[in-house]
Amino acid sequence: MRAIKKTYNQKELGILKILEGVFDPEVPVLSILDLGIIRNINWVEEDKIAEITITPTYSGCPAMDVIAMNIRFVLLREGYTSIKINMELSPAWTTDWMTASGKDKLKAFGIAPPNYSSVGKNTSELFPEPKPVQCPLCNSMKTTMISEFGSTSCKSLYKCDDCKEPFDHFKCH
Amino acid sequence: MAFTDYILHLADNALILGHRNSEWTGHGPILEQDIALSNISLDLIGQARNFYQYAAELSGENSTEDTLAFFRDAPQYKNCLLLEQENGDWGKTIMRQFLYSAYAYPLYTEAGKTNDTQLVGIAEKSLKEVTYHLRWSSEWVIRLAQGTEESAARMNKAIIELWKYTGDLLSVPAYSILSPEANNKISGEWNSTVKYVLSEAGISIPENVRMEMGGSDGKHTPHLGNLLQEMQFIQRTYPGVEW
Repeated sequence: MRAIKKTYNQKELGILKILEGVFDPEVPVLSILDLGIIRNINWVEEDKIAEITITPTYSGCPAMDVIAMNIRFVLLREGYTSIKINMELSPAWTTDWMTASGKDKLKAFGIAPPNYSSVGKNTSELFPEPKPVQCPLCNSMKTTMISEFGSTSCKSLYKCDDCKEPFDHFKCH
Repeated sequence: MAFTDYILHLADNALILGHRNSEWTGHGPILEQDIALSNISLDLIGQARNFYQYAAELSGENSTEDTLAFFRDAPQYKNCLLLEQENGDWGKTIMRQFLYSAYAYPLYTEAGKTNDTQLVGIAEKSLKEVTYHLRWSSEWVIRLAQGTEESAARMNKAIIELWKYTGDLLSVPAYSILSPEANNKISGEWNSTVKYVLSEAGISIPENVRMEMGGSDGKHTPHLGNLLQEMQFIQRTYPGVEW
């Protein structure tokens, strides 16, 4: 499943292009399209309304309010005056919706990208075997998790056993 | 009405535990775990907001997520007694989190199978987050109980202090919208997770404990009143204030 779920018309593709300029305030290299949180774009021709449907990454992610505000800003700047932003919870956001270029940008930024699919990850198995995470700095696979919870909800803390650098891992969620 | 009450019950559970955990922010024993518990608070408060927004929509009457959180008194709160208990030491906070997460996991699994689209959406989203909470708190229960003599003693004290609220945690409110089968599954799975983790930890489950009941019907311990007094202070003093 991808973030973009329908065929857009010309007008909607124009809006999509504008949204490429909205970035995650907490991970500023990722656009909201890279992140996969845009669920739908709908242009209502008769009323000239731009309807944008977004989904939160985590329930309590404080970036969501800022992102909604920034979507409004960029669209207003481009001359859209009626903007409706809907928040949709289901299906729940997953890092499987992150684009390949988004993952590359994360790695270049020094954050290990979510490289495993999160499908079937919600098992009630308490202590599943951890999957290896590659160091984004020296590419070593010998890394250790320091904490499952990092500086934001979407990241966990790791250290590299080879280059000894600590790094963030964008969790497979 | 029953449906809205149930959504409020879920909202109150998440908010009260989220608020209690947030009291640790800046006071955690080590930086990483301070961050971990603050992240868990953020998830819980986010889940609470989703439930309150839904409850406000259902009840109408000009209610909003904020009026539901800040303008109801203790007897109107429907959270389980376990969640309003004071933090105590780090061990007690971890034990409380574990006993709740072991319950929230099967609860959201079952709520995700109901036929209410919005409840299913919130439950599916919450379940992903609760998966981390359950793993993290289980690991810490085991680590502390298997740690030093001091940490083991504190974990054993924590289970004795908290066990009397577990009957209330598992009791099914009269307004529950889940099927009796679903509720049985929740308590069954809670029992097996708790037994497994506590036995790994070497903590024995207290026996013949008289359970304190009534949280979901608004009969609370004095701790909830104290918590609300602090949490609601600004809105009660300056109603509707924004910043």
